[in-house]
Amino acid sequence: MSLKGKRILIAKPGLDGHDVGAKVIALALRDAGADVIYTGLRKSSEYIAKVAVDEDVDVVGLSMLSGSHMALVSDTMRCLEEYDASDIKIFVGGTIPEKDREALLEAGVCGVFTAEMPLEDVIRAIERELS
Amino acid sequence: MSDSGNRTPPIPAPHTASGIEIPERITADMLRHPDPGNPGEPPYTRGIFPNGYRGRLWTFRQYSGFGTAEDTNERYRFLLESGQTGLSVALDLPTQCGFDPNDPMARSEVGKVGVSLSNLAEAEILFDGIDLGGISTSFTINGTAAIVYAMYCAVADKQGVPREKLTGTIQNDILKEYVARGTWIFPVRPSMRLISDTILFSNRETPRFNPISIAGAHVRDAGATAVEELGYTLANGLAYVEELIRRGGDAAKFANRLSFFFYVHMDFFEEVCKFRAARRLWAALLEERFGITDPKAQRFRFGVVCGGSSLTAAQPYNNIVRVGIETLAATLGGAQSVFTCAYDEAFQIPTEFSAEIALRTQQIIAYESGISKIVDPLGGSHYVEWLTDKMEEETRRVIEEIDEYGGVEKAIEDGYLQARIAERAHERKQKVDKGETVIVGQNYFRRDDQSDDFGEVFKVDPQAAQRVQEKYRRVLDERDSAKVEQTLKALERAAAKDDENLMPYLIDCCHAYATVGEMVATLKSQWGEFQEPIRL
Repeated sequence: MSLKGKRILIAKPGLDGHDVGAKVIALALRDAGADVIYTGLRKSSEYIAKVAVDEDVDVVGLSMLSGSHMALVSDTMRCLEEYDASDIKIFVGGTIPEKDREALLEAGVCGVFTAEMPLEDVIRAIERELS
Repeated sequence: MSDSGNRTPPIPAPHTASGIEIPERITADMLRHPDPGNPGEPPYTRGIFPNGYRGRLWTFRQYSGFGTAEDTNERYRFLLESGQTGLSVALDLPTQCGFDPNDPMARSEVGKVGVSLSNLAEAEILFDGIDLGGISTSFTINGTAAIVYAMYCAVADKQGVPREKLTGTIQNDILKEYVARGTWIFPVRPSMRLISDTILFSNRETPRFNPISIAGAHVRDAGATAVEELGYTLANGLAYVEELIRRGGDAAKFANRLSFFFYVHMDFFEEVCKFRAARRLWAALLEERFGITDPKAQRFRFGVVCGGSSLTAAQPYNNIVRVGIETLAATLGGAQSVFTCAYDEAFQIPTEFSAEIALRTQQIIAYESGISKIVDPLGGSHYVEWLTDKMEEETRRVIEEIDEYGGVEKAIEDGYLQARIAERAHERKQKVDKGETVIVGQNYFRRDDQSDDFGEVFKVDPQAAQRVQEKYRRVLDERDSAKVEQTLKALERAAAKDDENLMPYLIDCCHAYATVGEMVATLKSQWGEFQEPIRL
């Protein structure tokens, strides 16, 4: 498994401070060879989009637990559009109810991952998206 | 779960979840403390009260809060009518992080994961019809703990309840927020000052109130082992004691009101022994490091939450059994208060139905199982006493490691502890993925037709945030703005000094209907914000 040469931004939008999922996925992606950048907590969608563009990443992973994922994802997409960077893909992780999964995928998110999925499956899915 | 879903797991390996190797059998000569002492006497291995739960059961306290203060007040009344004996207030993230409901940062999070409490008017609604002199209230609040505590005092003033009658707890443990839960606001130093202020003020004005609950629960949920949970928590506790002594506090008095808070996960005996070891170790550390020998001050009081990251979204009804086992471990360990997670809490705010089962779990254990009839029922068991010794030794090692690093404040500012917990979480996840850690219904014993149906769905009121924002604007319009300005100015002046207790100023601000966001902005103007070290 390799994500060598891929640049990935892991971000925590909103106010939720539980970043264990974000850090676990960041470590797993790093072990799989990717260059991983982590934003730290409580970042606005504007900030996340700007870092994504400045760092020229291939994909942004948003980690959210507080139930605000629909709003935060659409905010981040809008900000990426404003930077003319809609080609940067977004995947989502955290506490995402099953009923929202479809809606997020329809909104254009490339993957929805929850804590119970094996890391290997998550990485394979991201690899597929980026290949 | 690709590989192991339908396989039978191996027989559990003979070590605890923290990695302590367990011998096949344990005999009396392997015990460091052949006589664990008496309950109610130092070092309190067997409990802090001589008669355990025979005199008083633990407090049944269900964590709860959502949407508007009106919605939450209604849930509180339901829980109190169902036999809950204490309140545990969940606050929304804007309130926890110091943003008002109309702040752009707060927009999508108002009233989610907890109730919005931006000013005194909301607190008055939240406790409407609930006599603060007759109920103990616990708040899961840290960054803005001093402000929420000030608000609670102000509601009591308004209800005409004397402050000395107030009972309850504010979590108020900022050190673990930097490490695990992330609702920090100010840098470490002024945060430590604010915490000392609440403790010193509370000792004087609300002597029956617990002004801090030093919490390992969150580092545990973030990935730490049971041993690390205990080690980090006691290390943080020692840092607070040191700070209070530096501020001139009377150790025998404040130590008496320090309380602790833990998670309990599924390794039953390790959890029971964690609590027994915690009591003994805390008493010893207070004596060794600060010469505190007052038996009352050495008593280690703690609350417990059952569930959290030990619960699964897969086959959620299995969680009812998990919470039952965890509640047993907490109460056999001698907890003073317990809240049980509802089976659906891995993915939603509990419904009345699921919250009731969680509360009933405690009631069944308290009233039907018989465990409350005798103090420390497991005391004297070779295994329990041996594992208590081991937990104590291993925990000491963790505390020494932090000492060697240069103390908790440095370890946090450098990001050392944060990186360590992240690593541990990664290890835990890998063990589950590989099938070394068994989670029934998740990585083993899954069904092919498994559905994630968990019954009733909690419905978030989509208008709640809007209603909160409208009420907030109304308060801003109706309050006496000159008074607000005057109280905030006084707060600013006091914050600029080092030695003034900020609590009276915060209570004045609350009475004037200043908002949480305004008070936080005032303090930030003097202290700045914590700069998070990012270290993977």
